[in-house]
Amino acid sequence: MTGSADKATRRGGASLSRADLRDRYKAWLQHHRLCAADSLAKVLEAPVASLLTWLVIGIALALPVGLNVALENVQRLSEGWDSPAQMSVFLQQDVSVEQGDRMREEFSARADVDKVIFLSRDAALAEFSRLSGFADVVASLESNPLPDVLLVTPASALSEVGISTLREEMATREGVAEVVLDMAWLKRLQHLMTLGQRFVLAVGVMLILGVVLILGNTIRLAIESRREEIVVVKLVGGSSAFARRPFLYTGLWYGVGGGLAAGLLVSAALWYLDEPVRVLAGLYESSFSLLGLGLMGVLNLVILGGVLGLAGAWLAVARHLVRIEPR
Amino acid sequence: MISFDRVTKRYEAGHDALREVSFDIEKDELVFLTGHSGAGKSTLLRLIMLMDRPTRGQVTIDGRNLSSVGKRAIPAHRRGIGVVFQNHRLLFDRTVFDNVALPLIIAGYDHREIGRRVRAALDKVGLLRHEHAMPLSLSGGEQQRVGIARAVVGRPNILLADEPTGNLDPELSAEIMRLFEAFNQVGVTVLIASHDLVLISRLHHRILTLKDGRLISGASGPGDAL
Ligand SMILES: Nc1ncnc2c1ncn2[C@@H]1O[C@H](COP(=O)(O)OP(=O)(O)O)[C@@H](O)[C@H]1O
Ligand SMILES: [Mg+2]
Repeated sequence: MTGSADKATRRGGASLSRADLRDRYKAWLQHHRLCAADSLAKVLEAPVASLLTWLVIGIALALPVGLNVALENVQRLSEGWDSPAQMSVFLQQDVSVEQGDRMREEFSARADVDKVIFLSRDAALAEFSRLSGFADVVASLESNPLPDVLLVTPASALSEVGISTLREEMATREGVAEVVLDMAWLKRLQHLMTLGQRFVLAVGVMLILGVVLILGNTIRLAIESRREEIVVVKLVGGSSAFARRPFLYTGLWYGVGGGLAAGLLVSAALWYLDEPVRVLAGLYESSFSLLGLGLMGVLNLVILGGVLGLAGAWLAVARHLVRIEPR
Repeated sequence: MISFDRVTKRYEAGHDALREVSFDIEKDELVFLTGHSGAGKSTLLRLIMLMDRPTRGQVTIDGRNLSSVGKRAIPAHRRGIGVVFQNHRLLFDRTVFDNVALPLIIAGYDHREIGRRVRAALDKVGLLRHEHAMPLSLSGGEQQRVGIARAVVGRPNILLADEPTGNLDPELSAEIMRLFEAFNQVGVTVLIASHDLVLISRLHHRILTLKDGRLISGASGPGDAL
C-alpha cells in the first residue's frame, strides 16, 4: 500500500479535473494544428496520387467556372448594346437637305434624345463605297439609291417603353420613311445567355456533386487504410470528434488543392485565349479584352474547394467512421 | 472497484459467452482471470471497457453503474482505464514516443506535460532509450512493454490486460507480470486475463476461473484463490 497523496494525484490524472478550460482549449487548438499538419504531410507523402485527385477536382470545378467566365465576358460585350445605341431614321426621298437639317434640330431638342447626326445620302454612299469595297459598282450607279439618314442616339436612361414611344413619334413625323431599331438579334442573344446561364448552373451543380462524391470516396479509402489507428484511438478513449478530425483536414487539403488547380486551369485557359480575342476585337474596332478570374476569383475557388472537401469528408466520416468500433 | 452482479452476455448467435457472473475486485487488488480458450475472458474485459453491453446484470466500475454511461460518455470512461492487448495494437507508422503519447493527446495535455509523462512511463517499462524507435524495430517483449507504457501513461485507476504474455517466452512473461505487480503496488487495480496457469499460480494473487461462461472459482475476495 502506498500513501494517499499518490492516489489523489492518480485520481486527478484519470478524471482530468485539474485541467481547466483554458488548458483544454489550448490542447484542442494544439490538436487541430497537429491534425492539419499531419494530414497535409500525409497528402504530400503520396504526391502522384494527390496530384491526380487535385487535378480531377480542379477540372470538375474549372469547367463550370470557365463557362461562367466566358458567359460573363459575352454579357459584358453585349451590355454596350443593351439599350439601342442608335436608331436609324430613314427620310423620304423627296426630303431636301434643309428639311432634313430642320428635322435633326427638332429631334435633338427632345428630352428623350441625346444627340442626332445627319448623314446625307451622298455621304452615306461615299462611306458605303469606301467600306464595302464595291467602289466600282457604286461609281457605275446612275442615281444614289440611298436615302438621307438621321442617326438618333436616345437619352441613356431611356426605358424600353420610352424607346418605343420615341420610335413611334419619329416614325409618324412627316418626311420620315422608316425608323429601324434592330433589337431582335439582341433579344435572341439575351435569351441564349439566360439559357447558357441555366446550363452552366446545372452543369455546375452536377460537377460539384461529383466533386463531393470523389472527395468522399478518397476519404473513405483513407479511413479504410487507417482503420487500425481509429480502433486504437477509440480504445484509449478518443472521442468521435477526435477520431474524425484528421480526415476532415485531409478532405480540406484535397479540396483546397483542387480549388487552386481549378483557378490555375481557368487562368491558363484565359491567358491562352486572350491574345486571339484581342486580335479579333481589333478587327471589329473594339478595345474589348477578356476579363480574367482575378485574385479574388482564384481565392473564391480555393475556398469553394475547401468547403467541398470538408463536405465530402463529412459524408465519408459520417458513413464509415462511426462503423469502425473496437471489436 | 470492479463489480459484476449476475452478468450474462449472450451473442446474437444465441450463445452465452458469460452466464450469471458475479464478483467484486477491491481497489489495490491484482486479480487474474483464467479459463480455457472461449471461456469468456475477453468478453468480460470488453464489458468493462464498454466495447459491449451485458445482456443481463450490472457492471459497476469505481462506484458507477455502467448501464448509466451513455454512448457519448464512453470515451471518458475509457480514459480512466488502461488496457494492454495480446497483439499490442501499436500504431506501426509512429514512433514509440508517439504511440505512448496518444492517450495524453486525447486527454488534452499540454505538450511539455506529455513529454514528461511519456518519458516517465517509458522509463518504468525500461524503454526510455527507445523512445524514437519505430515499434517494428523492437522485439515482441519490448513491443508489449510499449503497450503497457501506453496503458499506464494516463495514470488510470484500473489496468486491464488480455493475454499480455500470450506470445512471449516464460522468462519475458514473468518480467511482464512483475511490471503489472509494480503498478499494482502504487495503487492501480489490475485485472489480467491469461490462460497460462503455470505462470499465474506462482504469483499468489487471487484467480477468477471461468468455464463455459460460468465463474467456477475465485468469486469471493482474497484468500479464496483455488
Ligand atoms: N462477437 C462475437 N459474436 C459471437 N460470439 C462471440 C463473439 N465474441 C466472442 N464470442 C464467443 O464467446 C465465447 C467467449 O469468447 P471470448 O470471451 O473471446 O473467450 P476467451 O477470451 O476466454 O478465449 C466464445 O465461444 C466465442 O466464440
Ligand atoms: Mg480472449
